[in-house]
Amino acid sequence: MTSSLALIWPVMTAAFLASLVEAVEALTIVLAVATVRGWRPAGLGALAGLAVLALIVVVLGPLLGHVPLRLLQFVIGVLLLLFGMRWLRKAILRSAGVIPLHDETMTFATETAELREQARRNEARLDWIAALTTFKAVLLEGLEVVFIVIALGAGRGMLVAASAGAVAACLAVALVGLIVHRPLARVPENTLKFAVGIMLSAFGVFWTGEGLGVAWPGADLAIIAFAAIFLAVSGAAVALARRPRAEVLS
Amino acid sequence: MTMLLRELAGLFVDDGALALAIIAVVVVATIVAMLIPEVPLAAGAILLFGCLAALLVSVARAGRR
Repeated sequence: MTSSLALIWPVMTAAFLASLVEAVEALTIVLAVATVRGWRPAGLGALAGLAVLALIVVVLGPLLGHVPLRLLQFVIGVLLLLFGMRWLRKAILRSAGVIPLHDETMTFATETAELREQARRNEARLDWIAALTTFKAVLLEGLEVVFIVIALGAGRGMLVAASAGAVAACLAVALVGLIVHRPLARVPENTLKFAVGIMLSAFGVFWTGEGLGVAWPGADLAIIAFAAIFLAVSGAAVALARRPRAEVLS
Repeated sequence: MTMLLRELAGLFVDDGALALAIIAVVVVATIVAMLIPEVPLAAGAILLFGCLAALLVSVARAGRR
């Protein structure tokens, strides 16, 4: 019980940070659409995306309760490993300068230019295209948030803690976005992805092992040890792959 | 729908070699867990160190490219 309680904060923090990254990415696209076409189609598309997400959660959520716990832990663990290590690999390569950092300002500019080009070609359908763009962005980023919440929370009955972290992140980003009306380019996205990748990978190893019947030393607290090991190895990987800045820019 | 499914698959697979390596590690750990259930930590160790090795190899390969 004590060790399970000790997991509440890591689960909530991981869900908060991961959802922060996804919400910032969705916000950038919604803002780009709103800038070109106004808030009506942007807002309608985003709301439709949220509605479909809610429907998916309402329909599929109760099914989780019918899956045997071991199987659920195993499947979620493997998916977390694939998802978390993908994030971690990308964050390592960005930190090492092998691939360029994700730039929200550039994404905003690209999205805006694309919509303006579509407006030039076909003005009549643009509201639909604008709404569809925000719908897709909110739905896809939202699906990642839903997956993260389920993956972090379902294995130990911590869906409420994970959901609270995710909802807090989405509300915070929506609020800041409404106030500043600009992409949140100053959010240290790669640092967040690095941290989240480490946490999701650690949870992934833990759940997959639990699904296989591994009795981890220290029970739930083993996740913290796994995170420390992933952090140390990721730091070494950054050093291993580090590339001089000039080479990255070229 | 196809686009949605492709995007969903993209959530889990970026570098195909890394994804395959992770699956291979999980398969080996599963086999070890079934063959020697009296030493469950062996499967756990394979899982942890196998995933770390897969990550290092994937990063090193990308760094060399």
